[in-house]
Amino acid sequence: MSVRHALLAFLSEGPKYGLQLRQEFEESTGEVWPLNVGQVYTTLQRLERDGLIESDDGEDETGPQKVFRITEPGRTELDQWLSTPPDMTQPPRDELVIKVLSALRVPGVSVHDIIQVHRRYLVELMQQWTRLKEDEADFDLTFALVGDAEVFRLDSVVRWLDAADSRLKRAALEAPSAKPAPLIRRRLVTRR
Amino acid sequence: MSFLELKDVSKSYGTGAAEVQALCAVNLSVAQGSLVAIMGPSGSGKSTLLTIAGSLEEPTTGEVLIDGRALSSMSRNDKARLRRRTVGYVFQDFNLLAGLTAVENVALPLELDGVASRHATRTAGALLADLGLGGRGGHYPDELSGGERQRVAIARAIVGDRSLLLADEPSGALDSLNGEAVMRLILRACRSGVTAVVVTHDAQLASWADRVVFIRDGRIVDQTVPPPTPESLLEDLPARGR
Repeated sequence: MSVRHALLAFLSEGPKYGLQLRQEFEESTGEVWPLNVGQVYTTLQRLERDGLIESDDGEDETGPQKVFRITEPGRTELDQWLSTPPDMTQPPRDELVIKVLSALRVPGVSVHDIIQVHRRYLVELMQQWTRLKEDEADFDLTFALVGDAEVFRLDSVVRWLDAADSRLKRAALEAPSAKPAPLIRRRLVTRR
Repeated sequence: MSFLELKDVSKSYGTGAAEVQALCAVNLSVAQGSLVAIMGPSGSGKSTLLTIAGSLEEPTTGEVLIDGRALSSMSRNDKARLRRRTVGYVFQDFNLLAGLTAVENVALPLELDGVASRHATRTAGALLADLGLGGRGGHYPDELSGGERQRVAIARAIVGDRSLLLADEPSGALDSLNGEAVMRLILRACRSGVTAVVVTHDAQLASWADRVVFIRDGRIVDQTVPPPTPESLLEDLPARGR
């Protein structure tokens, strides 16, 4: 996530102080992404340098404070960022995929056992996130959205492991004497 | 103390070359008031495990104990009584009776057990209200959404203080938030003392359980360690402000 654009989003609601922005950033990420004050001010300086925000001297209960506000170019930049999909054309270099592919090559190693070790670990992590949702009285919308994102991400990996497990089992039944297929026969073509 | 125990349970179907081993020496102990998920792919034996645990089927070898009583030592009548009074079942496709309203569906197990109709209806209505379906009691299953139907099915499974809930893919075709609502209800029942076993292939569903047991080819191969309490987890994450 871009700290730069998140700060622009908060400023689109109205002028704000730096400390207030840090607090809102942490709240908006379900507080799973702490941000230090230095990071906030460095980013604000860069945004001001680029003409996307401007500042005035103001004052709050703690004394003199700079008040930041978004500019028109800042609004345009924010609108463009919100509607531009993140680049997902390149598959990430996934360590787990590489481990499973490698396990296929190692004599004496059961790839199904390796898959299970990772499956258990992921389900345990999912249990931890789900526990946080258990108490409805403690419901917090931002936290629920961040928690859902994490559970769905972990779930997609478990699904891949389940599919890999079944696919390998089926392949072993269909061709018990066949040599293992070359690990990578095709490559994804990037469209950009 | 464990409320449900499977000791060395095996189940095979057919004989000779056609024999299929559905379960193989399964040992499982479920503590009272806990929620255990059995997670495995289609054909791994998880549904067979559930029907044997609920005395709907008998194991080929091994023993099942519910609340310390061995099912093999019970007469047919005892088992029928156990199924009526102690065990509640929830299935993927809800299995509600189409000709009965929600409240009549929930009251049915009580009436079958000899409870007077008026009392059974009152108990069922109170339970539906408690599960957030107070205004839906008079509706027929086809007038309810999928999520509501499954909540009615859970009410039917726990009505009358039944203490063992067995669920087979209870969130079936429901979307994830309705599936979450179903698991929340099951977990809530467990927190009030019900013991529950849920079988599923779905990790999101399984992650609601206190313990997840993995089954492959009729054998239990692994299980999760109990997750930390929410409090200990929140200490790992930055404190949440209000």
